[in-house]
Amino acid sequence: MQLFELLQYDFMKNALLAVLIITPLFGILGTLIVNHRMAFFSDALGHSAFTGMAIGVLFGIGNTSLSMILFAVAFALLLNYIRHKNVVSSDTVISVFSSLSVAVGLAILSRNGNFSKYSALLVGDILSITRKEIISLLVILVITLVFWYAAYNGLHSIGINSSLAKSKGIPVTLLDNAFVVLVAVIVMLSVRWVGILIINALLILPAAAARNIASDNREYHLFSVMISVFSGVLGLVLSYYLNVAAGPMLVLVASIIFFVTFLARKLFHI
Amino acid sequence: MEKKAGPAGKSSQGIRIKGRFVEEEKQAVYKKSIYKKLIKTKPCGFHRVAIENLKVQAGSTTILENVSLSIACGALTVIIGKNGAGKSTLIKSILKEVPYEGLIEFRDLKDNSIGNLRVGYVPQNLNIEKNAPVSVYDLVAAYTTNVPVFLHKSKKLYAEIKERLQVFDGGELIDKQVGDLSGGELQRVLLTIACTPVPNLLILDEPVSGIDRNGRKLFYKILNDLKQQYDLSVILVSHDLELTAEYADNVVLLDRTVLKEGPACEVMGSKEFKEVFGYAAF
Repeated sequence: MQLFELLQYDFMKNALLAVLIITPLFGILGTLIVNHRMAFFSDALGHSAFTGMAIGVLFGIGNTSLSMILFAVAFALLLNYIRHKNVVSSDTVISVFSSLSVAVGLAILSRNGNFSKYSALLVGDILSITRKEIISLLVILVITLVFWYAAYNGLHSIGINSSLAKSKGIPVTLLDNAFVVLVAVIVMLSVRWVGILIINALLILPAAAARNIASDNREYHLFSVMISVFSGVLGLVLSYYLNVAAGPMLVLVASIIFFVTFLARKLFHI
Repeated sequence: MEKKAGPAGKSSQGIRIKGRFVEEEKQAVYKKSIYKKLIKTKPCGFHRVAIENLKVQAGSTTILENVSLSIACGALTVIIGKNGAGKSTLIKSILKEVPYEGLIEFRDLKDNSIGNLRVGYVPQNLNIEKNAPVSVYDLVAAYTTNVPVFLHKSKKLYAEIKERLQVFDGGELIDKQVGDLSGGELQRVLLTIACTPVPNLLILDEPVSGIDRNGRKLFYKILNDLKQQYDLSVILVSHDLELTAEYADNVVLLDRTVLKEGPACEVMGSKEFKEVFGYAAF
C-alpha cells in the first residue's frame, strides 16, 4: 500500500503520532477561544514564543522550552488582566504588547547576525519531534481533558455573560486565568512543531469551521475535533508527497474545510 | 364511542375543540404540580434585602451616594431613572461586580438574623451571535449544573431542565439554538436560569428594545406570578413607565441617589418625577 510507505520512516511515525495528539488538543481548545473571541489574544500569545526563547538564550538556560512557557504564562496573565480592564480598546493594547514582545525577542535573537539559527521557530518542523516530546504532549492532552471536564461549563458561561456567571457562583477570574495559562502552556509546547506563523490558524480554523455547521455544544466539539484531526493527517500526508512543510499544508486543508462549511451553511441554512 | 358521538362530537371540529380543551386543562394541572414542586415557601413578609448608605465611585466621580433601600419579599420594586442615573451601577454593586461602600445584606426580621443573600440575575442581553452552537439546553445546563455540556446529553437533566423551563412556558424551547430565540423567549430562558435554584433576590435588567409590547406585558405578568408564589424580592430596572405604573409595588426614582421612593402613583405624581422626566404621570 503506497499510503503506508511513509510510515516506514521513524520520523514520519513520530510526526503522525504528534499530529494525532496536537490536533484534537487544538480542536478542543479552539472551541472556547472562538467562543470568548480570543483569536487575537492567542495570536499574540503565539508570537511571545520569540521573547520566551530569547530570554532563555540570554540567561543561558539550556532548555528554552522552560523559559518560553514561563514567559508565555506571565504574558497571558498580563494580557488577560488588560483585556478585562476595558480602559482602552483591548485589541489595541494586545497589539501593542504583542509587537513589543516580538521586537524584544527578535532584537535579542538577531544579535551578531545569529537569527537564522532560530528561524525554524517561524514555520516549525514536526518531522523533528522525538518520543520524549510526544509524551509531554500526551500528558498535556490528558490534563486538558480533565480540565475541560471540570471547567467547561463555567468557562462557557463566562463567555456568554460573566455577570450572570458570577451571580451563579462560578469563580470567574480563577477559571478565566486558568484557561489562558493552559492555552499558553499548550501553545509553547507545540509551537516548535507547528510554527509561530501558523499556530493560531490551527487553534482557530477547526472551531470556526465547526461553528458553521454545529447547532449545539456536542456537535461543536465533535466537528471541531474531527476537522482538526482530518486536516492534520491529510496535511501531513500531502506534505510528504508534495515535499512541502507540514504546518502550512495542514492550515491549507483546514482553510478549505472552513470555506466548504461556510458555503454549506449559506446554501443549506444549517 | 357512544359518548363521543354526542352532540358536541358530531362535527370533526367539535371533537378537536374538546380535545384541545382537555389538553389545556391537563397542562394547567401539570403546571400547578410543577409549581408545587419548586416552591417551598410563599412570601412571608419578614425577609428584607437591606441597602444602607451605598456609595459607589469611579475614579473621582461619584456614581451613587446615600442610597438606602429596604426591599421586602413578595414585592416588585422597580427602579426608574434617566440614562446614566446609576441604575446599572446599583445592580452591579448588589452583584458585587463593582467595589462599594456601605451595606448590602439579607435580613430576617423575625429574629433579626442575617442570612445568605442568594441573587438571581437576568441580564439585559447575552454575548451570543446568531449562529452560535449553543442550544437552550446547553445554556441552562452550563449555568446551573456541573454536567459537562460538550459530552452526551443527560436524559435525566434534559427532563429536569424542560420542566423548569415549562414553569415560564418555555418547555418547547429546549432544543432551539439560543441565537434563534426571540427577545421574549430569551427572557423566559434567562428567568429559568435565574430561578434555579430559587433566589432570595431576583434582579432583572429589562432590555431597552427587542421585545414587543405584548411580550413585555407577558413578562410583567410572569414577574407578578413569581413574587406571589416564591419567597423572594424582585428588583427590576425598567424602561417602560406605563407597565411600571401597572405592576410595581414600589417604585424607586434614581438619579445618583434615591430621589423618591414609594407606590407608583405617589412617585410618578411627584415633582421629582416631573423634574426628571419632564411630565407628571398622575
